[in-house]
Amino acid sequence: MTDTLAQAAPQAPATPPRKGGALKNRHVLGWLQAAPLTFVLIAFLVAPIVMIVIVSFWQATEFSIIPAFSLENYEFLFGSPVTYRVFLATFKYALITWALTLVIGFTVAYYLAFHIRSQSIQIALFLVCTIPFWTSNIIRMISWIPFLGRNGIANQTLISWGVIDEPLEWLLYSDFSVILAFVHLYTLFMVVPIFNTMMRIDKSLLEAARDGGANGYQTLVNVVIPLTKPGIMIGTIFVVTLVMGDFITVRFMSGSQRANVGRLISNDIGLLQYPSAAATAVVLLCTVLIVIGILLRFVNIRKEL
Amino acid sequence: MSKMRWSRRSVLRAGGAAVAASTLPAPMIWAQETKNITLRQFGTGVSNLNDVAKKVKEDLGFTLEMTALDSDSVTQRAATQPDSFDIADIEYWICKKVWPTGNLQAMDTSKIANYDKIVGIFRDGKLTPDSTIAQGTAPHTVGFVDGPDGKSFAASETGWMTLIPTIYNADTLGIRPDLIGRPIESWTELLNPEFKGKASILDISSIGIMDMAMVCEAMGEIQYGDKGNMTRDEIDKTFAIFTEAKRAGQFRAFWKTFDESVNLMASGEVVIQSMWSPAITAVKSRGIDCVYQPLKEGYRSWGGGIGLSKSLSGMELDAAYEYINWYLSGWVGGYLMRQGYYSAVPETSKEFMSPNEWGYWFEGKEATDVITSPTGDTLAQAGETRDGGSFYDRMGAVACWNAVMDENQYMVRKWNEFIAA
Repeated sequence: MTDTLAQAAPQAPATPPRKGGALKNRHVLGWLQAAPLTFVLIAFLVAPIVMIVIVSFWQATEFSIIPAFSLENYEFLFGSPVTYRVFLATFKYALITWALTLVIGFTVAYYLAFHIRSQSIQIALFLVCTIPFWTSNIIRMISWIPFLGRNGIANQTLISWGVIDEPLEWLLYSDFSVILAFVHLYTLFMVVPIFNTMMRIDKSLLEAARDGGANGYQTLVNVVIPLTKPGIMIGTIFVVTLVMGDFITVRFMSGSQRANVGRLISNDIGLLQYPSAAATAVVLLCTVLIVIGILLRFVNIRKEL
Repeated sequence: MSKMRWSRRSVLRAGGAAVAASTLPAPMIWAQETKNITLRQFGTGVSNLNDVAKKVKEDLGFTLEMTALDSDSVTQRAATQPDSFDIADIEYWICKKVWPTGNLQAMDTSKIANYDKIVGIFRDGKLTPDSTIAQGTAPHTVGFVDGPDGKSFAASETGWMTLIPTIYNADTLGIRPDLIGRPIESWTELLNPEFKGKASILDISSIGIMDMAMVCEAMGEIQYGDKGNMTRDEIDKTFAIFTEAKRAGQFRAFWKTFDESVNLMASGEVVIQSMWSPAITAVKSRGIDCVYQPLKEGYRSWGGGIGLSKSLSGMELDAAYEYINWYLSGWVGGYLMRQGYYSAVPETSKEFMSPNEWGYWFEGKEATDVITSPTGDTLAQAGETRDGGSFYDRMGAVACWNAVMDENQYMVRKWNEFIAA
């Protein structure tokens, strides 16, 4: 991560030192310019995280927090088989949702970018994609419940078609319904960045590929996908972090039957176990950072954009 | 007129006269100023009713602001944000958790007009002189402290109450008789494989664990010393039984809010589950058959009351006492009893109910006419009787009270594991 940042830092041209007050000194001026943002980041990003890390080493009863250093929260966390199972479930949700949103998102973006010729239709169709986002997240999620239920529309329709005799139990309150809701909620986060990078691809490259004798599949694999990588990567980061941090979708769509790390944290908070929740949050934060670190190894987003 | 604009601080500063006046039982001179008082009450949805706030404004003149939250949030707020409320409408087991924080103040029972008429459950723990006290956090065990600043609970009536009881009930399992088609008599039916994928319990640890204990005890798997105060070993065994059932697919879902429980039952996703009395009413009012099934092992009971914030003083404190006295004087009791709950002072509520309603809800008699809820929904036809019978039948068959145990923290962690299992 650090070398990415260093690389991207603007290489200020070496100007000869000028005479004048401290303000003219480019180092002082630079620090001053950076100060407001630094302050905002320290106050609203660094400080809360530091606080969470500190609290994670404390102890609590229902009504009081004991600010004394202790590793008990982490011992319990790493000592419980449930933690591993829950982290595994979280990765499972993230991976499956990522794969599905990628396939759907890529297809939609590809269609919009290369098959629609008129720009105004392109924009119109793109806006159509965002329509579901005009309603609340929760509403979009909960509206699946009556649809998928035992006596819901999906089961009734399938029975009336004669496809099944008994209602399908796994449609609702299962991993299936959780992932369905995730894909429904987060596909757009994949469409937007991929569509954006696809629009920047120079059309003459595609023509060149065709002139060079490449068929459609070869063009896709050798030209379009490599050039779309930054978009895919940004979409991936969105989807993975959203799914890994989610708790409400898992709670509603699984009928509280399944858990991911977010639910572990929210349960702890509900039961006033703040230090234990903080410890879980710290572990989750590290996990997500590692995942993103790995992802950034594949594509240098700053260079590609 | 200038007096009207005095802030509470300046009233207090005005010296002995003002102080004396505010403690005198005749609040006439303050009548105008109480209009400007706002009391902030928060609690679980069951008794945070807008109709109550409206009636308070009408009868007492001051404003009552209501906030409804779930049990966990209520506990959290009472424990961590003492300045965000004046009146806490909480359950007795929550009181056991919250009282040690010192965020609530004890109430002087000599200022409570109907104190002597409060049901025995909340005073010496006995419904009738010869009834036995159920397991769990029985209300009277956390109902009194030694003095105005008492930190620990007193064993008997002391004149200083932690919560003024307002509402309570006996809970059991709700069933869909139309989908089950046979009589249900025991808590064991919750884990009966016959209802695989069609059962549910509630995802609120302190209440859910008690339902679990009722089931395990009924199955004969575990003999508890005290269901309301389990040992680690008992907790482990209880969760082992339920985790196994969960893995085998016994449960369709767990519910956390009232609405969820209603939807699960009404949609037929679930045919047997832990449920609250008004949720049954809500399912019934959609025209769906639903029974609050009395079970031979008895009920799991709960009680709620109102507590006063530590920071409440002066005129607001007087207003709060006035509110409590009004609460116990019958109107609210009648309102709550017509929803299926019980009032702490049933005899005052009687005056606010028709003989038919009193007979149906309290005495367990056949309804002589249509029974409607306070909001006008039809709940029962003439000739029907209440599930479980009379007040004494139901409250007399309480097997345990909702509780907080000494091993609460351990239980909470095991609960978290159970949900994740």
